[in-house]
Amino acid sequence: MIDGPTRPGDEGALRALVPRVLAGLVRRGEDFDAAEDALQEALLEALRTWPEHPPRDPQAWLAAVATRRLVDARRSQAARHRRELAAPAEPPQPVAPEEGDDTLFLLFCCCHPDLAPASQVALTLRAVGGLTTREIAAAFYVPEATMAQRISRAKRDLRGRRLDRPGDLAVVLRVLYLVYTAGHAGRIDLAAEAIRLARQLTLATEEPEARGLLALMLLNHARLPARLDPEGRIVTLDRQDRGLWDRREIAEGVRVLQSALALGRPGRYQIEAAVAALHDDAARPEETDWPQILAWYDDLVALTDDPARHDPAAMLGRAVALGHVAGAAAGLRATEELRAAIGDRHRWHAVRGHLHELDGDLPAAAAAYAEAAGRATNVAQRDHLIRRAARARAGAAASPPGRRPGGGSGR
Amino acid sequence: MPKYLLLKHYRGGPEPHRPVPPIDRWAPEDVEAHMAFQHHVSELLEEHGEYVDAQALAPARTWVRYGGPDAAPVTTDGPHPETSDLIAGYWMIDVESRERAVELAAYVSSEPGPGGTPLYEWIDVREVMWERARTTDA
Repeated sequence: MIDGPTRPGDEGALRALVPRVLAGLVRRGEDFDAAEDALQEALLEALRTWPEHPPRDPQAWLAAVATRRLVDARRSQAARHRRELAAPAEPPQPVAPEEGDDTLFLLFCCCHPDLAPASQVALTLRAVGGLTTREIAAAFYVPEATMAQRISRAKRDLRGRRLDRPGDLAVVLRVLYLVYTAGHAGRIDLAAEAIRLARQLTLATEEPEARGLLALMLLNHARLPARLDPEGRIVTLDRQDRGLWDRREIAEGVRVLQSALALGRPGRYQIEAAVAALHDDAARPEETDWPQILAWYDDLVALTDDPARHDPAAMLGRAVALGHVAGAAAGLRATEELRAAIGDRHRWHAVRGHLHELDGDLPAAAAAYAEAAGRATNVAQRDHLIRRAARARAGAAASPPGRRPGGGSGR
Repeated sequence: MPKYLLLKHYRGGPEPHRPVPPIDRWAPEDVEAHMAFQHHVSELLEEHGEYVDAQALAPARTWVRYGGPDAAPVTTDGPHPETSDLIAGYWMIDVESRERAVELAAYVSSEPGPGGTPLYEWIDVREVMWERARTTDA
């Protein structure tokens, strides 16, 4: 992933060092902004020189080079300002490393609630994930200069903030989930990166929602190989080749989820992971345990006051489950109360298309899918919805009203 | 080498040479053929070293203007949203000549429509202006 002549095996190890070294620098009193810049330079130098001259202690090497850069930067700044500098000639000794804590500490810095989500994501990928600015820019399809500016503005915003107090874990989890959901396209595998970071986070905190998030990512990621066909077309869950699902990832996700649920403090990510686990558990689509999925959705919407307004996405998921348990008409009725909140979104229309299809009402399904396609903001999604509309319409023409095949999600 | 935009429109432009229903009303196999062609165009441009960028634009449109000091921006979806010109997306290409841009636009326009026969869609060809001054005097 990182450009340059590094051996493939080295990269993961190198990137794992980034949060440790950075946390060490910040803990001993270096400015976060300057320390992060210095470490980024040290990282680029490591990629250049390590293949030829591997260091004996990579962590110490990175810390030493970053420290030298910090001293250099202070010197040149001092020269610019024509004033003496107070930097010690020898860097102070780093405090004892606390590895799990380092990740958590840096995640709290990068996911500071005062930063905008896009900045939190970029800063996290660089300072905790150890990605280069160029890689992050490529992952989000923006020019490198734009991403560099976004990162340096974020760091400027952090200046003067106290970074020693425990931050907001809910924000950290949201940021990692944002990284995951952004990550199914592009040269950099952001989904894998988010899973790596979430795994590190679960080593640093007992919080069940952190494990719930890791489980959710694993249980979804396991289905990724089946989600697109070789032409890049979306394959819906009920038509995926379940033999392509990653059984090892599912097993790990289930294990992580169980350890979280055992703590008896369920939350949004644990519940969503439980739904994902039930889908993963069905050997065939018809074996999906919809009543249990509906029960989890009931728990999910109960987390929020007035969920139709404040968590319509959960309500929409519940409507699908309800449609499978109590019949498509019940599911469609449940979507009605969401019209005000998300009736202008593609997903609301797509769900209604699915429920109409389930009901055997193909003309209504085609109309809903066409509405959804007109509101999609993703080309693969849009093309998928157009296909579904066209297929439903062709199906309707083949079996005129009155002779509809009732029920069933197939065509 | 000049750069051109090959613009596709949801609506607007000259009278359609071949009026067709919206794509979601085509036969499924015609939809597949049409979409496959779009991917094929991007691949072809890349193979020829002529591809710069391609983007699709969602159809929802909002017109926005400055609302004046201490006022919120003013927005509208247009006086005649159903008749005004609406861009659907574009390819940006970097080619030898205007002739080549026209040739490629015609090829894009030959995309399969209902029944698998060409759509004859009008493609809007626009040259992209250079940002910087040339290094030699003209």
